[in-house]
Amino acid sequence: MTALDPPETPPDGEPALRRAMRAPGGKPAACPATYSRETQWMIAVRDQRDRVAFAALFDHFAPRLKGFVIRSGIPAAKAEEVVQDVMLTIWRKADQFDPHRAQVAAWVYQIARNRQIDVMRRDGRPMPEELREDPGTEPDASQILAVEQEARQLKSALTRLNAEQRDVIEKAYLGELSHQQISDQTGLPLGTIKSRIRLGLNRLRHELKDLKP
Amino acid sequence: MSVTHHHIPDSMLAAYAAGTLPQAFAVVVATHVSMCSMCRAALGAHEAVGGAVLEIQDQVAVSDGLKSNVLDLLDAPFTAPPAPTRNGIYPGPVADVMKTRAPRWKTLGMGVRQDILFGQKDGSLRLLYIPPGQAVPDHGHNGIELTLVLQGSFSDETGQFGVGDVEIADETLEHTPVADAGEPCICLAATDAPLRFRALAPRLLQPLFRI
Repeated sequence: MTALDPPETPPDGEPALRRAMRAPGGKPAACPATYSRETQWMIAVRDQRDRVAFAALFDHFAPRLKGFVIRSGIPAAKAEEVVQDVMLTIWRKADQFDPHRAQVAAWVYQIARNRQIDVMRRDGRPMPEELREDPGTEPDASQILAVEQEARQLKSALTRLNAEQRDVIEKAYLGELSHQQISDQTGLPLGTIKSRIRLGLNRLRHELKDLKP
Repeated sequence: MSVTHHHIPDSMLAAYAAGTLPQAFAVVVATHVSMCSMCRAALGAHEAVGGAVLEIQDQVAVSDGLKSNVLDLLDAPFTAPPAPTRNGIYPGPVADVMKTRAPRWKTLGMGVRQDILFGQKDGSLRLLYIPPGQAVPDHGHNGIELTLVLQGSFSDETGQFGVGDVEIADETLEHTPVADAGEPCICLAATDAPLRFRALAPRLLQPLFRI
């Protein structure tokens, strides 16, 4: 889907989402219709604790997560437990979702990898310090849309690769390759993510300009 | 936020995003990312690739009851584990490993000290304390060694490393890091194999000090 496509209707119906947008008591949800469905759902979950939007996120991500989890080596019987944990973490840690810095799938990806590492290893993955946005910060729609556009471009770039190249990338990000194997791979799209790095850096410069260590 | 000049290589950020780095290296990466906007942005880019991989996965239908189970659990009481937070010069991921205790320095001679935070079969993590002007004995490397500066700075044949900088050494690098003048240099060092020292005495001491 591109920004020019007509907005799709969430499986659970548009009215619920509209209701969420004007939920009493919550912050006014400045959520332009040009944001992707996933971003709109996630913002409604974060700001309004909207269960209908969460159900829509479940319908989108749960089957993908299950495929992802099974492929990265967790037995099918255990896979749904992981899917359940990841979905619950999306709900519980929604306040950490910042669409300026990560598109929804990227945010869900790192939650999923963390959960899988917890399942497979004794010690969980050490995490960086969290960045906290000043609560008064106005959303920057152009940055959010740029992050989404970049995510769509990455996805479409992946689907255009030949089967072998795509397989290497999937293996690397599914955790099937060691660091050494990744550094031996020349086919990884490290060049194509340079613009994504610049995008992230813009935002971090903006966020960190007043921050002292 | 200090200006960092020596960063984590892309392949290592990708492995960190995928969760395949040995634990000692992962702590160094998480620490550097806590201190370096450039690498935080680069990690964000790798997570974006991971997100795209998730989006294009073949979908596998979940069982009928899963959604209602999850929806029922949304109200279950839940206390988030505390997020890693900085303790003095020790950024959140290091403070987490130290469990907020002060370093337990053990002397290595010549004023150099270390505190082994953990040693596992796939690598070890330690803090190093090097007085100004003091050299760490000349050493080669069996595997990869990551050294991240937390306080002060050091210099070796390859350049100068200040707070937040990471030096990556492998089999090909034989170097003599020397702490610069000023504050004692405190580093976080991770290896995936024991170091080997060139001088005879340190080599004999190596099993004793586990360095």
